[in-house]
Amino acid sequence: MAKTKIEADHGLNVRMFVTGLALVALYAIIVSVMLSLGVSTVLVIVIAGALIFSQYFFSDKIAMFAMHAHEVTPQQEPKLHEIVDRLCLLADMAKPRVGVSEMDMPNAFATGRNPNHAVICATRGLMSRLNDEELEAVLAHELSHVAHRDVAVMTIASGVGMLAGLVSRIAMFGAMFGGGGRGRGGQNIVILEMITMLVSIVIYVIAFLLTMALSRYRELAADRSGAILIGKPSVLASALVHVTGDMGKIPRTDLRKTEGMNAFFFAPALAGGTAANLFSSHPSLEKRLDALNKLEKELNG
Amino acid sequence: MGLRDTLFGRTKQVAPNLDNLFALPTAALTLESELDLVSSGQAGLCFKSGSGESTLTTDEDIKQLLDFDQTNNKVTLTTDDLGFKWLVVTDPDFEALVTRIHAADTSMVEHGLGPRLLCAVFGFVAKTPPGEGSVRMVYLMKQGTFYPFAPTGPSQRDNELELRVKSFLGTDLPIEKDLARWMALWNLPVS
Repeated sequence: MAKTKIEADHGLNVRMFVTGLALVALYAIIVSVMLSLGVSTVLVIVIAGALIFSQYFFSDKIAMFAMHAHEVTPQQEPKLHEIVDRLCLLADMAKPRVGVSEMDMPNAFATGRNPNHAVICATRGLMSRLNDEELEAVLAHELSHVAHRDVAVMTIASGVGMLAGLVSRIAMFGAMFGGGGRGRGGQNIVILEMITMLVSIVIYVIAFLLTMALSRYRELAADRSGAILIGKPSVLASALVHVTGDMGKIPRTDLRKTEGMNAFFFAPALAGGTAANLFSSHPSLEKRLDALNKLEKELNG
Repeated sequence: MGLRDTLFGRTKQVAPNLDNLFALPTAALTLESELDLVSSGQAGLCFKSGSGESTLTTDEDIKQLLDFDQTNNKVTLTTDDLGFKWLVVTDPDFEALVTRIHAADTSMVEHGLGPRLLCAVFGFVAKTPPGEGSVRMVYLMKQGTFYPFAPTGPSQRDNELELRVKSFLGTDLPIEKDLARWMALWNLPVS
């Protein structure tokens, strides 16, 4: 992070620190719960560690696979490469690999365990909806994720949630198979394990909400750095308006090519509410636009 | 679908819903007053020509079915790049245009071709060109809902204008609520 020429937002830093602190506190609770479980502790740690490690180590491959993305050469996508080249020079960072996903959904992502193993990827839907300037703004936002090492941060954060989930699952198995027909002592063990299970489920939910909160702060931080990098917060704001919310949902796909699927589309769009906001990994469009507006004023003032 | 259809892997063909078409003339007034958009005088009916279940395999058959007036060059039948048939009607009177499309729909349904109907499209252009661009109102036959489509290039569409149309017509027309179903109709023969 030190290399990139980006000023800090102190309020954002404080909030990120508090969220991270809360996550660590949760971690301590989980460890004590696991210790009360006894023998399975080592197994839990080994399994969770392996899962988190592979998620971290293969993050680029997992994300590319999930988004149906493939890496592209400068010959295949000269414009995309040129924009990334220019931004990397501006931010003085190593150029990540560049990928394209053929999906019509407008989206972009950056992943990889460190800036040297990063990949930045845009979908066809994104490139067809945005003009060059807006595309540059979105890529600057994604490059900021790389510079901020968000994959490492979020892996560690969500790892805690995963640990809690594992503990609750193992406790559940214990309650189902361990308690039956063991005489007088059995009763107490069952109750103990039920309580353990309940506690870890509550912990899992809280950890999940905190992880999402942290993710939203990281998004705002990436918005800020990306906007400062290109020097025009309003361009990033305009790109966000074009790809998130209602406009991002309107497809580019031809009706005649999907005609066979028409009969199967039944689900109406879910109405968004406050719950959706609490559970979502990205801040609402209004919040992001507000933050960018403020930044625009700061830069001009 | 019922249990038996699920067990035997059959799909029932979906019948078209034509009732909402007549809500369009009112909506056209709103489009004119709010967005300065007037009818382009053209409307089209898009359907997939099939083989087998009916005697209607050639354009001639379809023309006969739709009561084509051979001398009337206001109505044309074309096939697009994707193999869909388009019945394109030209009439400066918007209500007559809607009635004509509805009549064509009805006679296709009567001849068992209802499931083949894809959509009807009504063209709207700026009253004082260039204005804000042109919009097609697309009517999804199976769902009975409308949505705006404003192409600005071979694969670009003006989402802002489309969403403005939605906000003005929300009360007049059954607008398709799921934006993911506002599919494009690139290169369509209705202006």
